[in-house]
Amino acid sequence: MADDAARRYRPIGDYAAIGDCRSAALVSRDGSIDWLCWPRFDSPSVFAALLDSEHGGYFRIHPTGAFEVERRYCPLTCVLETIFHAAKGSCVLRDSMTIADPARQWRGLAPDHELLRELEGLEGEVELEIVYAPRPGYARERALLEQRGALGIWTQHGAAALILRGDLPLGVARDGATAGAFHSVRAGECRHLALACDPEGPAVVPVLGEAAIQRTAQTIGWWREWAAACSYSGPYRDAVIRAALTLKLLAYAPSGAIVAAPTSSLPELPGGDANWDYRYCWLRGSAFTVRALYASGFHDEAHAFVRWMLRAVQLSWPRVEARYDVFGRGDIAERELAHLEGYAGSRPVRVGSSVQRQPALDIHGEIADVAWQFAEHGGRLDRDTLRLLKGIGDAIRAARQGFGQVGLASRDRARGDTRVNVLCWVALDRLIALHERHGLDIHGEVYRAERRALRAEIEERGYNLQLQSYASIYGTDEISADLLTLPLHGFIPGSHARMHTTLIHLYRRLGRGVLMHDDPDEAGRAPGPGALSIAGFWMAEAQARAGDLPGAVERFERLLSYANDAGLFAARIDPRHGAALGNFPLALAHAGLINAAVTFDQLQNPPTQAIDPRHLAEEDER
Amino acid sequence: MTADVNWSSALLWGFAATVTLTAIMTAAKEVGMSRLSLPYLLGSIVTADRDRAQTRGLIMHFVAGWAFTLLYAAAFESWDRATWWLGASIGVIHAMFVLTAAMTVLPSLHPRMASEQRGPSPTRQLEPPGFLALNYGPRTPYVVIAAHIAFGAILGAFYQLAG
Repeated sequence: MADDAARRYRPIGDYAAIGDCRSAALVSRDGSIDWLCWPRFDSPSVFAALLDSEHGGYFRIHPTGAFEVERRYCPLTCVLETIFHAAKGSCVLRDSMTIADPARQWRGLAPDHELLRELEGLEGEVELEIVYAPRPGYARERALLEQRGALGIWTQHGAAALILRGDLPLGVARDGATAGAFHSVRAGECRHLALACDPEGPAVVPVLGEAAIQRTAQTIGWWREWAAACSYSGPYRDAVIRAALTLKLLAYAPSGAIVAAPTSSLPELPGGDANWDYRYCWLRGSAFTVRALYASGFHDEAHAFVRWMLRAVQLSWPRVEARYDVFGRGDIAERELAHLEGYAGSRPVRVGSSVQRQPALDIHGEIADVAWQFAEHGGRLDRDTLRLLKGIGDAIRAARQGFGQVGLASRDRARGDTRVNVLCWVALDRLIALHERHGLDIHGEVYRAERRALRAEIEERGYNLQLQSYASIYGTDEISADLLTLPLHGFIPGSHARMHTTLIHLYRRLGRGVLMHDDPDEAGRAPGPGALSIAGFWMAEAQARAGDLPGAVERFERLLSYANDAGLFAARIDPRHGAALGNFPLALAHAGLINAAVTFDQLQNPPTQAIDPRHLAEEDER
Repeated sequence: MTADVNWSSALLWGFAATVTLTAIMTAAKEVGMSRLSLPYLLGSIVTADRDRAQTRGLIMHFVAGWAFTLLYAAAFESWDRATWWLGASIGVIHAMFVLTAAMTVLPSLHPRMASEQRGPSPTRQLEPPGFLALNYGPRTPYVVIAAHIAFGAILGAFYQLAG
């Protein structure tokens, strides 16, 4: 049964993502759109064959006979080109979610959300099968396709209209829920299929022909113009730009939020139950995402993300959620969709994300870090933000003195979670930097003393002398990949002897080739499937900071080979055969790629004047 | 006739009735009963920009609301009485006018509305309403009638006769 289910699903790495900075779709190598949520990332799905191959819904275009596929993004864009080589010819399928040129909007209407599939014959003739099977509302709503002649094929998706128009004859099947056609594309011929989603009445009906060609060209132009702002000129520039484009794809333009991934419930282990909805914005790791955006020159996106994050936290303060939705709402109900089979039979399928308990104080460190980066790059901290930052400092100091307003803070302290304590140190460190450089009103001396005490505590209790390694929990020999981030957060120089031995220990127990697992298994070894993709990049960066730049570069290059043919990384990688696992593509993995490359570049060409709070910290420690 | 209309009362209750009508139609849109947005429909006559169309359409909608209020007021004055059920009755006629006559001629009057037969063109891309505006959802006629009944009932109940 499980094998049968597995056969019906394409590997996760078979997909590439397209998007319009509001939502994203996943397109398989054989031209099937198996995942699309509209109108925003966390909306109900229109196509969800990824989570139920039979009932989930899809939009497929592929040659009728045997064929081979080449695939790539149009350079510097998120417009996907799939080239089908069939027996009698070849054609290209160009998939994009169109982005209207703001200047053009004044002259003409554009669909609110549009998925445009452009077919162009390259040579000979290719007979194609086109199947459009929308299953709105996570396949719970019945799609009743209505043929409206010249206006296309219509159906409802929640309160919105879904409109499919094509400049080839599309027929609705007898069941009324599927439409399709067989069509032969000849060399030089260009055809379009435009799927629009519009909550408004009257909806904007997509125009085809020359106007559609223009919309594709405009979208390509928009992405290229965006990518041109990349200021990074160091090694692996192409990979860095692809990673930055992926981060942009996952950014929700109206608010600036960046979702962890556009998918839900893709299993971290096929057939397993670790299936989570990643279509929200996790604050854990956000400091790395912001660093990647600033370092690659995308200051507008970094500013927007930080503003969204600070606003979201202000709205829920003093409670700090581990994740928020794209508009900064923290109360996100989670439910299981029992009617969906799950990817390769991996149940349950979950949508939404409930958090049972107040997250740990590590999030406070992320907030202080992004606020500091924001201020250092010219962002203005308003009065509310300064008040929030002061509140963060107060919360950490209160928790350290044992009377935190949140229970978990005390629990974590009692438990001695090294990573949480390091993030608390990061918070104090960045708040001091904000005090010294940006006028944050805190008692500098008190904070410095607190920071000193916390560092001493971590060094004394968090470092296991027997193992010669930092431990995840004070006084134990437990470890996790999070410890790789200690030098990345600036807590300890990467070249420090303690970090050096920690890296060796972590690699011995968590490494598998160039990949890193997050935790060891019960036997203390790296467990089988599911290495953490981001941890590989953390390791490469930490290794470079430790002084082993050639080794780090080699690791990085081998890590790049685990990307799929479109240059994308999932949440996890199966070390046995490199298969992508978990939600896809993962924003944090791409941020890790950028940060590692930028670190290599900085180590090879040290900047003349670095802005780094660690300088202040080291001065203070002295 | 216009001299007999109570202008201040028409202005006040015309505004209140239009707010109610808009609220009902917006609520119906939010719960998925109908996609019809009268402000967007009107605003897209004067601009192609979605956001501006909503704002300008809302202003046009209120101006139209006051214009229709004058017709209601004239009817109340001529009957020398204004009751909620008289207003609601005119509301039904008003809704029928909107759903039949206005929606039928709209594709030819609206500069950005596509034709059912020829489909969209680069300059005319908006979905036409179809018979009884059913293209905007099968429950659209009910929503339009209910909203106009509320519009008329408010005017009938609260409008003060000039005499």
